[in-house]
Amino acid sequence: MSARIAEGAVRRPAAAVRMSPGVARLLIIAGLIIFWEVSVRLWGDPLFLAPPSQVVVSLYEFIWNPQVLNALRTTLYELVVAFALAVAIGLPLGLILGLQRFAYGSFYPIVLLLYATPQATILPLVILAFGIGTESKIAFGFTHSIFPIVVNVVAGVQGLKPSLIVAARSMGANRRQILTNVVIPHMIPSFFTGMRIGMTGDLLGVLLAELYVSQAGVGHYTRLFTESFEPQRLFALIACLAAIAVFLNESCRRAERRMSRWHD
Amino acid sequence: MSGGNPWLYRGVQVLFVAALLGLWYYVSANGIVSPILLPSMTASFAEFGHLLSTGSYWPDLDVTLYEFVCAFLLAASAGCSLGYIVSRSGFSIRVFDPLFAGLYSIPAILLFPLYVLFFGLGAGSKIAIGTTIAFFPIVLNTIAGFAYVEKAYITAARSMGASELQMFWSVMLPAAFPVVLTGLRIGFIVAFLSILGSETIASLAGLGHRIVTYAESMDPAKMFAYIFFAIIIAFLLNGGVSTLEKRVRRWQA
Repeated sequence: MSARIAEGAVRRPAAAVRMSPGVARLLIIAGLIIFWEVSVRLWGDPLFLAPPSQVVVSLYEFIWNPQVLNALRTTLYELVVAFALAVAIGLPLGLILGLQRFAYGSFYPIVLLLYATPQATILPLVILAFGIGTESKIAFGFTHSIFPIVVNVVAGVQGLKPSLIVAARSMGANRRQILTNVVIPHMIPSFFTGMRIGMTGDLLGVLLAELYVSQAGVGHYTRLFTESFEPQRLFALIACLAAIAVFLNESCRRAERRMSRWHD
Repeated sequence: MSGGNPWLYRGVQVLFVAALLGLWYYVSANGIVSPILLPSMTASFAEFGHLLSTGSYWPDLDVTLYEFVCAFLLAASAGCSLGYIVSRSGFSIRVFDPLFAGLYSIPAILLFPLYVLFFGLGAGSKIAIGTTIAFFPIVLNTIAGFAYVEKAYITAARSMGASELQMFWSVMLPAAFPVVLTGLRIGFIVAFLSILGSETIASLAGLGHRIVTYAESMDPAKMFAYIFFAIIIAFLLNGGVSTLEKRVRRWQA
């Protein structure tokens, strides 16, 4: 995926002395928000655009709106359950596929094929099968997040250096000991990578299904606010969802960074 | 871990697919699953054959591909040029790279209701969402590609008196190219997926729209035919872009 730039990859001292990058970033964000506020107030159509000040007011009003809060809580619940299921099933599945030569040779290509399939095409089918409630969102989030988890666990198990296994065996470890003391600790970093990518998929799956059809979830409210031309509330709801997404993504990223450090 | 008998594995895969098809045939022929969920296999294949032979997929494919090409070209030109400009100084990299990476962690599909509000139900909102989603991997990889160019190359070229233009064409671009290419491939794939997804949510035409229409009119055999078709198109695009990428890499090396 996208490469991150290491701190100070390119450093030109002349530019660095003026202002710290964090301050410059905040200034840019503040400038954009001011530009948004001013331009919307001057030229924006209030049916389609809302200035940030009104969005903040709507955000504040949401605190006393039990229906919107409930919709957000439902979405969080769907995200968490789908992700938990994907981890609970994906991890053992990945271990079996990675460790069993027969399972790997026969079924791993099928898993890769399914991973490459665009799942948006089966969204209507998932809704038909699981209804328009929370179950369909959980199912769609689950199918989006399980594949990266399986694929990364398999890669983690397969990336193990053979010399480590030979060493453990020559020291008299049995199969079970090799599994718990060598294989599993070594696949932890790539398992966490899989969970991070799986969380991105989970968010995509659940939000797609919510936006497609929803009774009382956030999808229902995005549609309602769009159709009733209340852009300030639509922006505020999207901001809430973005905050949930950033929180979940960031938790996974932190966990990944922490877990990938242990054997360096 | 490699090894084992490849023929055995192919055999198991063929058996597995045959068992799935057999199960589908059996289940739908005996009415074990509602025909709305799982149409009969023969009817689905007949519809798929009909679809291919009559070319009735063309108007929808045309719309989807048009949206996709527009979105990818917009994202690629914006992402590469902005990424290059940002990568010009270490300071702007440290300002903008975390900004783009942070925005990237927000699922852009959330913006779709806004885009429908701004650009309507037609192609505009699909192009906008595809562009937004493809932009981030492209810009982040462009920045990374140009920022990571080996210092020694730059010093060597400069000490040999290379002009800015020579520097760009002969040193920076070839060094950054592989990473930029990865970004373009990721952008290519996510643009197509997001356009399919957004057509499913709200649209007037396109492959995703057709699948939803048949799902809602309870015409599952036709829906399955279009699902097969969309998946095949996705695989063709995937395969095409991977082959192209490999060829470019080989030519460049």
